[in-house]
Amino acid sequence: MAMESVEAVVAHIQGLSGSQEEVAHLHALLKQSEDALRSQAARLGAFLHQLDPSVHTLGYLFLLEAYSSDPVCREQDGDFLLSIVEFINSCSAEQIRLAPEKFISVCKSFKDKVMQLQVPIQGIVPLRTAIRKLQVSSEQLTTLHSDYLLLCLLAKCYKAGLSILDDDIFEVDQPRDLFLYCYYGGMINIGLKSYRKAWECLHNVITAPMTTLNAIAVEAYKKYILVSIILNGQVPLFPKYTSSTAQRNLKSHTQPYIDLANCYATGTFAELEGCIQTNLEKFQSDSNLGLVKQVLSSLYKRNIQRLTQTYLTLSLQDIANAAQLKTPREAEMHVLQMIQDGEIFATINQKDGMVSFHEDPEQYKTCGMIEHIDSSIHRLMALSQKLGSLDEHMSCDPAYLTRIGKERPRFDFDEFDSVPHKFL
Amino acid sequence: MDGGDEGVVVAPIGDESMCSNGGAVDDPRRPPASSGKAAAGGGEQMDLEAYVALYTGRTRVSRLLFVAERCGNEGMQLEALRMAHDEIKKGEDSHLYREVIAKTGGRLGPLYALDQTWVDMVDRRAEARKEKLENELNSYKTNLIKESIRMGFNDLANFFYAHGQLGDAFKNYVRTRDYCTSSKHISQMCLNVILVSIELGQFMHVSNYVSKAEQTPEQLDPITHSKLRCAAGLAYLETKKYKLAARKFLDTGPELGNNYTDVIAQQDVATYGGLCSLASFDRPELKNKVIDNINFRNFLELVPEVRELINDFYASRYASCLEYLENLKPNLLLDIHLHDHVETLYTNIRHKAIIQYTHPFISVDLHTMAGAFKTSVAGLEKELEVLITDDKIQARIDSHNKILYARHADQRNATFQRVLQTGVEYERDVRAMLMRTNLIKQESILRAAKKL
Repeated sequence: MAMESVEAVVAHIQGLSGSQEEVAHLHALLKQSEDALRSQAARLGAFLHQLDPSVHTLGYLFLLEAYSSDPVCREQDGDFLLSIVEFINSCSAEQIRLAPEKFISVCKSFKDKVMQLQVPIQGIVPLRTAIRKLQVSSEQLTTLHSDYLLLCLLAKCYKAGLSILDDDIFEVDQPRDLFLYCYYGGMINIGLKSYRKAWECLHNVITAPMTTLNAIAVEAYKKYILVSIILNGQVPLFPKYTSSTAQRNLKSHTQPYIDLANCYATGTFAELEGCIQTNLEKFQSDSNLGLVKQVLSSLYKRNIQRLTQTYLTLSLQDIANAAQLKTPREAEMHVLQMIQDGEIFATINQKDGMVSFHEDPEQYKTCGMIEHIDSSIHRLMALSQKLGSLDEHMSCDPAYLTRIGKERPRFDFDEFDSVPHKFL
Repeated sequence: MDGGDEGVVVAPIGDESMCSNGGAVDDPRRPPASSGKAAAGGGEQMDLEAYVALYTGRTRVSRLLFVAERCGNEGMQLEALRMAHDEIKKGEDSHLYREVIAKTGGRLGPLYALDQTWVDMVDRRAEARKEKLENELNSYKTNLIKESIRMGFNDLANFFYAHGQLGDAFKNYVRTRDYCTSSKHISQMCLNVILVSIELGQFMHVSNYVSKAEQTPEQLDPITHSKLRCAAGLAYLETKKYKLAARKFLDTGPELGNNYTDVIAQQDVATYGGLCSLASFDRPELKNKVIDNINFRNFLELVPEVRELINDFYASRYASCLEYLENLKPNLLLDIHLHDHVETLYTNIRHKAIIQYTHPFISVDLHTMAGAFKTSVAGLEKELEVLITDDKIQARIDSHNKILYARHADQRNATFQRVLQTGVEYERDVRAMLMRTNLIKQESILRAAKKL
């Protein structure tokens, strides 16, 4: 078909947005008219008002995408943001899924505009709606996830990011989406001070399969080192499933952090401070200085925690000496903070200047605890079932069987052969 | 002057040699020597004469040189060097002679200067003997009589040993192995190799050849057996396997007597065995194998301090036990095999004492404990902290009241905690695994798509 005019396209849209076959037909037509739409981008604004986004979603989408990909239109239109938000809120999910790339590109230009205008907070809710509409299941990762998390980070609305992060992700369309998603996820968790979750996210980044090193993994590894130190006091070795690219190359790009980890292991405060001072600019340029400061304070915490294992009561002066703090006053403040955070169980007797350490009062006898254990068991059983079914599925896969067949040991003729012959 | 200075019982032989040297020459160094002996330290001063009298052969010289190097006391050093010099002159080792002379540096006066004529004579003699032996060996080899070839290699090795060329001696002893026909020959060969290896400090070979010797089909005579046990014990000691070393020394029979003085003295067996067992055995083993061991008692009689300190340890008289240890320390630091293990053994024994002390109690007052161990409360607290952190003592310190409370972990809580932790880790790992699987699947689909 020759290049149709925009009016004709609009008419098609209005006519063919009824049933599913009509929509499919419309889709084909629209794909062919893409160039026409793009060339007339400036005029499209007016036509958009003729269409109803909830019914004519697909058509609206195509027009909107052509419109938003034109930079001039983007700049001039004051209502650009509003119109996209409206569209996202009212569009129909099935029609969107027919042309996901278009939807994603619309959302991306939305995100760019929001960032340009420096109001990232405005983009959060719309993008979340967009994600929910685009996802086939809550286990799927879309490209929009990382954009969403980026906006949450910029707007410092970490809690908003949590709602998306809490979903378990099992399906990934594009492997490279995962890197950014997990990296931003790690950063959000760091912002919320839930270091365990942050560690998990960053761990996923560095152990993801990769054939070439990418910058995201390097940055993630830097943060991973710092978070590992805060959590466990040391950096674990690479697990065996880490890609060889990562294992070979990550360390060479993150030398100052590795030095910091080694310094921490020796345990003296002065040395650690010295190490931080020497690498100060590097930490600052990576914007990791806040985390590094937390590493420093975690050293005190670790020393104090070690004391709880050895002593029942200890004077504040002794705590100050053991943890290399300057005055008993500082020791008292640290201990108080740790008690409030629930990291140790103790009571401070100010009259004597003594701290008594107690055992963990958790007796594991309450109803709440029983429920927690019960729900964990159920969740884990579901997970392990999933794993089992995945394994079964894969062992029926022809490609796998062919491969196994080639490498199987040769048995005698009448012995049971593990692979059916049709796969050889 | 000679007899009165020794703090320990002196064997008669010591007196005579002292007299013969002292009387003949007006030696200016005599006053410093005797005052040096008395002045160095409050504990019993090492009596070089008695000490060296326990050994024969090359080890005498090695030990004297070691003492000279380590004692840090000029008088004693000179004394040791002088005795080494005399010992060497009786033998054929010109290299060692030159070494000793160099170390002396003329401080012993004109009588102890380099005697070049003696050196030359010894070297010439050695050359001649070597040629003779080698010719004999060659003739035996052409005759192909196993026994004579073995004897030939043996003689050559003995010669090298006497002349101080330990490496060649070792090689030749090993070569006799191919010509050994009876198990007696084998055990003799093994013992020779062991001797040279100990001198060379190569304890790997020592353990190898001990096991070789013990594998002979015939029953070894008890003396050889004891010798092999001692050698094995020394090898274990060197490789810091104190428990095994202790066992070997404790199994040494009294038949050892004075038969192995070119390596080890009976007093050494007692000391090494006693200290290693104290540092590494637990209480029942200590009672069975050491205190109730009749054979080992004979050895312990020779070194009453070690016997006393083991008994004190067992009876929980820690203060006196530690005191004995401190008194023994300076002499042990001069022992050629034990010196670098003294610190470790002592720390182990001290830790064991502390652990044993706290074991039966629910609460212990740190003041009384510090008194029992002759240390300050602060120091004791530090030691306890180290032991608790290493999980050797299950207790907690109440620093305010200075009491140590025993603490038993609550198994139930610990189990719950572990279970929950395992669950969390499992979940995390499986989720990550499922995601990675998916990623790899996507990659392979991508790659397959590209191929098509």
